[in-house]
Amino acid sequence: MSTPLLDVSGIGIAFGGVRAVDEVSFKVATGEVFSIIGPNGAGKTTLFNLVTGIYRPSRGTVRLDGADITAVPPHLRVRSGMARTFQNLQIFFRMTAVENVMVGCALSERTSFLADLLGLPSVFRQNRVTRAKALALLERVGLADLAEAPAGALPYGALKRLEIARALAADPKVLLLDEPAAGCNAVETEAIDNLIAAVAKSGVAVVLIEHDMKLVMKISDRVLVLAQGRPLAEGPPRAVRENPQVIAAYLGDIGSREADRAHG
Amino acid sequence: MKAILRSRLTPLLALALVMALVPMIAPTSFHLRVAALVWIFSLAALGLTILMGYAGQVSLGHAGFLGIGAYAVAIGPARLGLDPLLCLLLGAVLSGLVAWLVGRPILRLKGYYLAIATLGFGVIVALILHSETELTGGPDGMSVARVTLFGWRVTGALNWYWVSAGALLVGALLALNIAASPTGRALRALHDSEVAATGAGIDVSAKKLAAFVLAAVYAAVAGGLLAAMNGLITPEAASFSHSVELVAMVIIGGLGSVFGTVLGAAFLVVLPQALTAFQEYEQAVLGLLIMVFMIFLPQGIVPSLRALIEERLP
Repeated sequence: MSTPLLDVSGIGIAFGGVRAVDEVSFKVATGEVFSIIGPNGAGKTTLFNLVTGIYRPSRGTVRLDGADITAVPPHLRVRSGMARTFQNLQIFFRMTAVENVMVGCALSERTSFLADLLGLPSVFRQNRVTRAKALALLERVGLADLAEAPAGALPYGALKRLEIARALAADPKVLLLDEPAAGCNAVETEAIDNLIAAVAKSGVAVVLIEHDMKLVMKISDRVLVLAQGRPLAEGPPRAVRENPQVIAAYLGDIGSREADRAHG
Repeated sequence: MKAILRSRLTPLLALALVMALVPMIAPTSFHLRVAALVWIFSLAALGLTILMGYAGQVSLGHAGFLGIGAYAVAIGPARLGLDPLLCLLLGAVLSGLVAWLVGRPILRLKGYYLAIATLGFGVIVALILHSETELTGGPDGMSVARVTLFGWRVTGALNWYWVSAGALLVGALLALNIAASPTGRALRALHDSEVAATGAGIDVSAKKLAAFVLAAVYAAVAGGLLAAMNGLITPEAASFSHSVELVAMVIIGGLGSVFGTVLGAAFLVVLPQALTAFQEYEQAVLGLLIMVFMIFLPQGIVPSLRALIEERLP
């Protein structure tokens, strides 16, 4: 692997004495799809929240493109090139689909509060640029037809892709996807699968949390297995799947369902 | 038709049309004064429309900012010999500054907790206006010097009608500008999901604070106009019931709708005048009417009617 784009080193956090994430390290390179799997409660989303700065880690560092961003507040991490989607949909339900993606463009917009208040021509030029970019992104995720629909009226699978479009609007170098295919049917999952592969190919490092093992095994370059907040195994999908420790963790009472799916 | 309903400037044109028509049909200067009060309270409520309707942050102490603006116009000329128009501007700046100082700590709070904190702020302003008798005249209030606009003494109901109408038009234009801008998108986004807005790189606290300060400036300008038009101001202007009325105007008209806010203000300013025939039952009838409106137009006047019309159009 060349120089890693995202370098998470020895990161950990405890809630009330429970080590939700403990001593986790991983590196992701540009164009790579890196998946994090593990039984429910293994600390996958907590790990995401540590990497994106929602939680402040009690130990460890996060480096992006060589710069230490461990102490950077979450809204500024986007500026350094980090965008994410959410496990439980975080959609702006009262806005249209295209407006949702336009919000994602916020960082590239060059207006000020005063210009916005006065309605200067520059604001409307900016709106047109932002809108064109948002429409192109909707096209890319296959939602161009639904651009003007209120987000609240979109089906679940479309909302999952809308979140990806909104995250891409920030022109990220690293894209963190928290269960993008959860609750999607086979056709929707296939679409998301292709989308993730295309995004990675365009030069974005993708970090993926996903329960759909078929999807993970198919598109991941490397997989990290978490169990009870600690790394259990890391490596290419095939090696991880055959790792006895991983099988044991999954066949333990909590994870048997996922193991069935992994081998099914 | 749908395009007209959705156009950004439709509410502004509708408002200007109504403003032009009212003086033609108003039978007496009393009616013109009531109309001017509608424009002034609309202006105050418009600030809340930005704060509550766009950004989803409640303020139950907004009459406090109205009071700051009103007393700036009263105290400045009377105690410091300043020009009333300058005092209107100073009041707006002071109000914005106070909002910035108060908003930084309390806008961290959400929902009910923010409501109670803003309520506390309003109570404090009312208390100061009540008790600083030397400066404010205490509960009896104080008289306000006449306003001169570039050599023109503003007197009479019709002149105040046009001044307040002009101020509201400017306020409405600015509110519509914000709605259609990146700032407006950011405010509406954080209304729905703060975590997603943060994820998009939006500084949620800074945006909330900007909306709060802007809302305070709107209220202060309205308060200054109110004081100058009435020629008299009492601490009642900053009272809790006034704060609640402002919130009610925004909700009755339709959260987030500029034209709706004006309808909401008209509802709560005009109806009490129209209901004086009910004498001691006036307040009860007003309360009943508010309940009926909210039951049949649950999203407020404008959004509910718009939904009805769009449903029936092909």
